[in-house]
Amino acid sequence: MRNKTEVIVVGGGPAGISAAITVARAGKKVVLIERGSYSGSKNVFGGAIYVQPTKEIFPNFEESAPLERKTVSHKYILRTETKTVSVDYMAREDASNSYSVIRSKFDRWMAQEAQKEGVVLVTETFVKELLVKENKVVGVKTELEEYFADIVILADGVNSLLAKQIGLRKEIKPKDVALGVKEVIKLGKDKIEERFNLKDGEGAVYEIFGDPMLGMLGLGYVYTNKETISIGIGISLDELAKRKLKPYEILDGIKSHPSFSPLVKDGELVEYSAHLIPEGGYKKLPKLYSHGVLVVGDSAMLVNNIHWEGTNLAMISGKLAGETAIIALDKNDFSANTLALYQKKLEKSFIIKDLKTYKNVMDIVHDRAKSFLGYYPNKIADFFHMFTAVDSIPKREKYHRFIASIFTDRSISELVKDGFAFLKIVLGVLK
Amino acid sequence: MTDKEKKQSSIDDKLFKVKYVSDEESHLKPDAVQCLVCKSKVCTYICPANVYEWDEENKRLIIGYENCLECGACRIACEKKCIEWAYPKGTKGVTFKHG
Ligand SMILES: Cc1cc2nc3c(=O)[nH]c(=O)nc-3n(C[C@H](O)[C@H](O)[C@H](O)COP(=O)(O)OP(=O)(O)OC[C@H]3O[C@@H](n4cnc5c(N)ncnc54)[C@H](O)[C@@H]3O)c2cc1C
Ligand code: SF4
Ligand code: SF4
Repeated sequence: MRNKTEVIVVGGGPAGISAAITVARAGKKVVLIERGSYSGSKNVFGGAIYVQPTKEIFPNFEESAPLERKTVSHKYILRTETKTVSVDYMAREDASNSYSVIRSKFDRWMAQEAQKEGVVLVTETFVKELLVKENKVVGVKTELEEYFADIVILADGVNSLLAKQIGLRKEIKPKDVALGVKEVIKLGKDKIEERFNLKDGEGAVYEIFGDPMLGMLGLGYVYTNKETISIGIGISLDELAKRKLKPYEILDGIKSHPSFSPLVKDGELVEYSAHLIPEGGYKKLPKLYSHGVLVVGDSAMLVNNIHWEGTNLAMISGKLAGETAIIALDKNDFSANTLALYQKKLEKSFIIKDLKTYKNVMDIVHDRAKSFLGYYPNKIADFFHMFTAVDSIPKREKYHRFIASIFTDRSISELVKDGFAFLKIVLGVLK
Repeated sequence: MTDKEKKQSSIDDKLFKVKYVSDEESHLKPDAVQCLVCKSKVCTYICPANVYEWDEENKRLIIGYENCLECGACRIACEKKCIEWAYPKGTKGVTFKHG
């Protein structure tokens, strides 16, 4: 048949590329379809990619991939409107664990590597719908034509309208995604290294909790690139909707905080972007396979949002789907029964194990957002204010007052609920 | 500048930096009948590109689809779940150079 191949992968992000290259390496025919004019042109993240999982797909990537900076410095910043508490973690000598990258360069590089290994890449082509025959996915329909395959791998990202079309996923709720908005600001190499206390080629990651998102389920971040920095927020869509907030105004709030504005001073805005992040975790995983089809990466909602990991789950799920496709092709059996192997592989890997570890965290944090993300951050800042103040009040008296204040400004029942919620998280993670 | 003007100019500056190729036809199609009875008009504040504006006089949404960043937030957040939402055609829409 004309217009027929062995595997079609929809979506040329990390998940799709990893799936396609795995299939091609086994000598099978695979077509990778990307709607952007090149891989990465529609993609947005924080962000950093992780070394170990990337090596599983591209063993020598550090030699030729377009990398920005090797992460050596992490800073966790807790802010109230006027105060800041931060923890610094610097690991200069360690082997690198992550690199900041620019997706339009890095995804494009990955796609080119895949082409070298036999993947047929088709860009500027949008898959409108899946072709289904007798309950089995048999191909895709683009704007121009129909294209058939034994297996279709869906790697079309968080909005995956295709997984929805065939009933593998339900409609996403605002609570199950975060909206990320981001600015890339040009500062130049020297200013970046000076302001972030870095040596040549080193990078920093800042995570910001609290103001201007005090009491909300959201997080701000900064990543350093070679010549630019990426500043963004990720905030629960449901929180934005409830509070009638405009995402870019929160982003402006991140930048204008007194502790922060010196970092971005005199920077030139070079890009503004937005993207959703799956946040549902284990409980919101869609069905991961059916007759003739596998779902990988963000389309399968495979993100560990507690650790801001996404590309690694995307790459490894893509690889496992690719391996499953190879076995199915060898058996010439594309039934759900055979493709169920993909789910088994995911369950054995860190992917499902990690998502299970955190499966209750989001629900609990949603429930207790005001206290965990509002009351306690304020209290921590108050503590440092008290601790550093030199005001001729005896220290013991101050400690007593501080502890008493926790009980006066918060009811015992709320404190108990917070305590239980916290315990539930810890026990859930450690059990 | 008033506070409101400052905020408007801040988002205009941001959107000015985005590279788009716009289509002749909108890829965002809310159901105008539902919008009439929608209370929250959540699309008008949740969208990171300020694409939706409620025109009180004519009781309809003005949709600046050319500025759309293709995130999908409006589709999920819409009070009436009534936005017929698609990605722009293959050659159209936004191109991120940094992402
Ligand atoms: C703000 C933000 C910060 C993040 N920070 C980090 C971080 O620091 N580290 C990290 O590891 N992860 C991070 N993530 C998560 C990470 O970006 C994702 O998990 C990862 O990109 C998922 O890869 P994917 O290949 O599944 O999907 P995507 O990268 O979204 O790729 C999907 C691809 O499919 C294409 N496509 C979609 N529909 C179609 C169609 N119908 N036809 C053809 N092509 C289509 C798209 O153009 C796109 O190229 C972040 C995410 C966000 C939004
Ligand atoms: S939220 Fe939905 S229903 Fe309401 S105005 Fe916007 S598009 Fe219309
Ligand atoms: S997809 Fe995102 S950017 Fe586009 S209109 Fe909807 S909310 Fe706005």
